[in-house]
Parts: sequence; C-alpha cells; structure tokens
Amino acid sequence: MIKIGGIKRTTVLLTLLTLVMFGFGYALVPLYDVFCEVTGLNGKTGRIYNAEASKLVIDDQRFVTIQFDSNINGNLAWKLKADQKFLKVNPGKFYVATYTVENMINEEIVGQAIPSVTPQIASLYLKKSECFCFRNQVLKPGEKKKLTVRFEIDRDIPKNVESLTLSYTFFRALKDNKRAS
Amino acid sequence: MSTIAHDHHDHHDHKPTGIKRWLFSTNHKDIGTMYLVFSLIMFFIGGSMAMIIRAELFQPGLQFVDPQFYNSMVTVHALVMIFGAVMPAGVGLANWMIPIMIGAPDMALPRMNNMSFWILPFAFALLLGTLFMEGGAPAGGWTMYPPLVLQTGKAFPFLIFAVHFLGVSSIMGAINIIATVFNMRAPGMTLMRLPLFVWTWIITAFLLIASMPVLAGAVTMLLTDKYFGTSFFNAAGGGDPVLFQHIFWFFGHPEVYILILPAFGIISQIIPTFARKPLFGYASMVYATASIAILSFFVWAHHMFTVGLPINGELFFMYATMLIAVPTGVKVFNWVATMWKGAMTFETPMLFALAFVILFTIGGFSGLMLGITPVDFQYHDTYFVVAHFHYVLLTGAVFALMAAIYYWLPKWTGHMYDEKLAKIHFWLSAIFSNVLFFPQHFLGLAGMPRRIPDYSVQFADFNMVSSLGGFAYGISQLLFVYIVIKCVLGGKKATGQVWEGARGLEWTLSSPPPFHSFTKPPKVTKALMDY
Repeated sequence: MIKIGGIKRTTVLLTLLTLVMFGFGYALVPLYDVFCEVTGLNGKTGRIYNAEASKLVIDDQRFVTIQFDSNINGNLAWKLKADQKFLKVNPGKFYVATYTVENMINEEIVGQAIPSVTPQIASLYLKKSECFCFRNQVLKPGEKKKLTVRFEIDRDIPKNVESLTLSYTFFRALKDNKRAS
Repeated sequence: MSTIAHDHHDHHDHKPTGIKRWLFSTNHKDIGTMYLVFSLIMFFIGGSMAMIIRAELFQPGLQFVDPQFYNSMVTVHALVMIFGAVMPAGVGLANWMIPIMIGAPDMALPRMNNMSFWILPFAFALLLGTLFMEGGAPAGGWTMYPPLVLQTGKAFPFLIFAVHFLGVSSIMGAINIIATVFNMRAPGMTLMRLPLFVWTWIITAFLLIASMPVLAGAVTMLLTDKYFGTSFFNAAGGGDPVLFQHIFWFFGHPEVYILILPAFGIISQIIPTFARKPLFGYASMVYATASIAILSFFVWAHHMFTVGLPINGELFFMYATMLIAVPTGVKVFNWVATMWKGAMTFETPMLFALAFVILFTIGGFSGLMLGITPVDFQYHDTYFVVAHFHYVLLTGAVFALMAAIYYWLPKWTGHMYDEKLAKIHFWLSAIFSNVLFFPQHFLGLAGMPRRIPDYSVQFADFNMVSSLGGFAYGISQLLFVYIVIKCVLGGKKATGQVWEGARGLEWTLSSPPPFHSFTKPPKVTKALMDY
C-alpha cells in the first residue's frame, strides 16, 4: 500500500533532519568552547577587569608556586625565554612576570602567544589584567623585546594545588601566515 | 514459480537495454546490482592496497615502497574499504531486498536512488585520482586529524570533496530506505513483522542521517581552515585540534555501527533459515539494535582516551562503552538460542554466518578490552587496535556480506552457485583471515605501533605469519569472483524458495524475480513467517 503523501512528508522531514545535524556539527564548536571554559579544560586562562580587581583580598598566609614555561611553534623563527623560572605568590595579589622574545631572521613577523595552564583545574583561578597574549606581537628583523604579563591567583584555588605551570606557545599569526604564502 | 498473483493488468515485463538500462536505471534490482558490483570492484582495489601494506611489512626494513606512499596506502585502503566496499554493499543489498521483503513495487524515490549510486564512481574517481597527483594521495590516516592532514598536498581538496560526495550519496540512500519502509509496506506487513534485515537497515539509515552531516561539517571546517583563514582547529587563532577529534568521532562511532548493523540483520535472516526455526527473541533483537544505535552517540571519546580528558570524562565514556556490550550480548545470545535444537544444515551462507557469530564476538571482546580506559593507554594506536577492528569489520561485516551474497545469489540469478567451490572459498577465508589478523593481537600487546612501514626486529615473525595469511586470504577472494560469475552465467535452476527453511515475501517470488515485482501488493499474514 503506497502512501504517496507519506513519502513526500518523510522525505522532507528527513532532509530537514540532515540540515539540522549539519548545523549541529558546527554548533559543537561553541559548545566545546563553553564546556572547556566551565571545566577549565584546555588550560585556557581567564581575564580580570579593574572593577573586580579592586575587590580582591590578599591571602598572605598562603604561598603558591607558579612556574613559567615557553615554547615556539615549528614554523616561527623566534626565541622565547621566561625571565624568571618561578615565583612564589600570595593568592589575591597582583604580580608581573616577564618574557624575552627575539626575532631570529631578517623578516618582519607577526606572532600570537597562546597560554596553557597545568594542572587544568588551576586555569580557572589564574586571572590576568594585562598580557602580551591579548594581542598580536610584531617583531622587526632581529628585534628583541620584553613582554609582560600581570596576573593574580584567586583565593578560591583548591588547597591541594601548591604549584602550577603557566606555559606560552608562540605561533605565527594567521594574518601573517597568509601574507607569507 | 511465483505464488503471488501479480501483474494482472500489465504484462509488460520489459526492461530497457544496453548501457541506458544501467545509466538511467530507476529499478531497485538493477541499482542494487550496480551497487554490489561497484562494491566488489572497490573491495579488490582496497584489497590490493592491503597487499602492498602486507608486502612491505613482510620483513622489517624498507623493501618495496617509500614511507609516504605506505601511509597513503593505509589511508586510502581504509577510505576505500569503508566508504567504497562495505557501505555500498550494504546499500546494494538494501536496494535489492527491502522492496521485495516488504512487498513494495520499488524504492520510494527511484530517481534519487539512481543519483545516489552514480555519485559514487565520481567520488572515488576524485579520491583515487589523488594517487597520481603531485605530493601523492592523502597520507594522514582516514581519520583526517589536523594539523597533520592539513599538510596534504594538492590532494587535500580532492579528499574533502570526495568525502562530501560520499556523504551526500549515503544520506540520499538512507532517506530513500526510510521513505520506502515507512510508506510502502504491503497490507499486513506491520512494523513488528518486518524481517530483521529491514529493521536493522531502518536503524542504520537513521544513524547515517544523524552522523554523516556532522562529518561533512568537520571536513568543511578543515577545508576553510586550510584555504579561507578560519581557525577551528588552529591553536594560533584560538582553535583546538582536539576539537576535530571530538567532532570526527561523534560521526565516527555511529559510523562503525552503520557498517555492522546491516550485518546483524543479514545474520538474523540466515540463521533461522538454516536452523529451520523462527528467530529467537525477535522483539528483543529490534530493541537491542535500537539501543546499540542510540548508545553509539554517547561513546565517541573512547577513541581518544589519551588526549587528556578529565578523569570524570574518561569514566563516563568507559562505562557507556561497556554498556553497549549488553545489547550486543543479547543479539549473540539470540543467535545461539535460535540454533539451539534446530534442524541445522551447513550450506555456505550458514557457514559464513556461524563464522561471523564466533569471530565477531572475538572482535567484540577485544573492543571491550580497548574500552577499559587504563588499559587503553597501553593499547592505543597499536596493532591490537588494528586486529580489533579487522575482526569486527572483515570477519564481521565482510563475512556477513559474503553470507548474504551466497544466501540471495540463487534468488537474484535463478541459478544455484557451485556449493563445493563456495565451501572451499569459505574455509580458505575463515582460516586465512585468522592467520592474517590473530597474530596482530600479539604484536599490539608487545607494543608494535600501527601506521608504520618499518618495525623493530622482535616483531618480525608474527608479521611474516600475518602477511602470509594476508596473501592467501587475498588470493582466495578471486575464487569468490569466479563462483559469482559462474553462477550468473548458469547452473542448477533455483526454485522460488531456494532454501528449504527460507521464510518471507522475497521467497514467494520466482528466482530470478520478475523485473517489476509486487506491482499489486501481496497480502501478508502471520502464516507466511511460520515454520
């Protein structure tokens, strides 16, 4: 028993379902970002603004060790070094750490630093008011530059986290990629 | 001959002739045949690539091909076998059998049916053409992980568009199957009377519609990342390469059930026929298949236990994966219970079906081992994984497809195949596929990584055994082609029912069935299925 109308309806509905699932594939991208932000996965760090920063209370009884790490992605001819190996910090207080970056070749290059924190749970509590990773960095041929990051670690950071590592990887910026090719 | 009174008003059983019959065909039987022939050709193309792989691995050291080409072989072998051999074979069987199993005159959307087949040769021309391109064929693995896959040369856009075409083709096929089963069943063919092959295909079709578009999205993102400056998977622009793995496996896990569920359906048709008993636990089979399909959307991260998931994530995906063993266990139990105290005979389809039950279960067990998170850290990306998925896909899916071909070939051609040769083919396949894949378990446990052209010497013996098994398995498949051709050309006449224990609408037609069948819907009663 052939239901012609039914065939039409089924086909339309299933085509719609196909389109919805195609959209769902793309929706996974923002969903993933939200999920990572909430859970602190990926080690992406947060930002702190003045209004919030003025309300911070310093916990001077507790010390947390923060270690600084640096990496360069394969297709970027830069050198990156943390000027301090580690800092012992009080939660709730602002500190400044510096890095030195140097362009090793005779070409102007735009780079972008991407931060990452381990243990991942700590990334929820590391907040920056200023960071060289907030924008692209341009280095002229052979240029050497000091980069700064101003951060605080929240008082709520779990008690069992006694030390954490903040790592930066410099990539060739995408815009620059295009210019190069 | 046919016991159903059909074609009373139109006696023209004419078919178009020559090349036009095939190019413009809207007939489900012809399109089914084309799918099956196409899939057989792809099986041999993918198989030749496997032979190159096994030749290179016969001994440690680099012998025949350079590593880049070796990686291309691994990548393209997988894509050809998955999208070119197993999936089209399943769609081909669905095309041939579903209309005559449910008493419909044809598929619901015959023109679309034609299109979904004819997209395939073009898609594979794109994919296989890359073998002759500057920079070679894709070599980053069939999973297309960035950033590695983005280093593919000129072949990259061809790979992406080939995947798009394959997706479009299989989605159209899936829509067609659902539209047919939902709207064109003969009176009395209620949903819970559908043959299990039809049921498994409806569920497979839903999996296709829900998962293939997600793959299309993922590969489109790869394309825009490479050429249009987006950074979905590029850390420099705020993206994340691990995100690709999540999206890919959200498609990828349902995909493995797309490959195996039709096989479950086939086995559920064949075992009752040769055990001469109705299928044990019909309803539980339907529900088990549906549960497997639904669960398949919640286990994707077990393919990526080692990327650095949080502990809770690892636990969730481990438990969800273990859960799938329950409905799968129900199915295996039901097949065994169907055979229990049955009057069994062991024709070739039954032999393949029995081998399927045993060997697929071995593959299922190694899957369970891989699903245990802490253990997976050792097994991940080793030959143990290769052994696992070849047990479920070759001795699983492909054995079921072979069983289906032997089971229905007399129905399609009107001739019995050569039973003696077919049994030889079965035993060669069953023995050598195990010689081929069983040692790979040991290699994996000993730490041999997958996707490498060279290996350290302690793996030499098992690799040699595996390669010998591979060559013997490969050659014995030529016998299969000979048997099929011989059967198409002639042989003992087959009756309409073909097998003594066969039940269902398709066996009420003549063998071969008329070009247009069930133009007047048959009446389906419970007695039709009774023993």
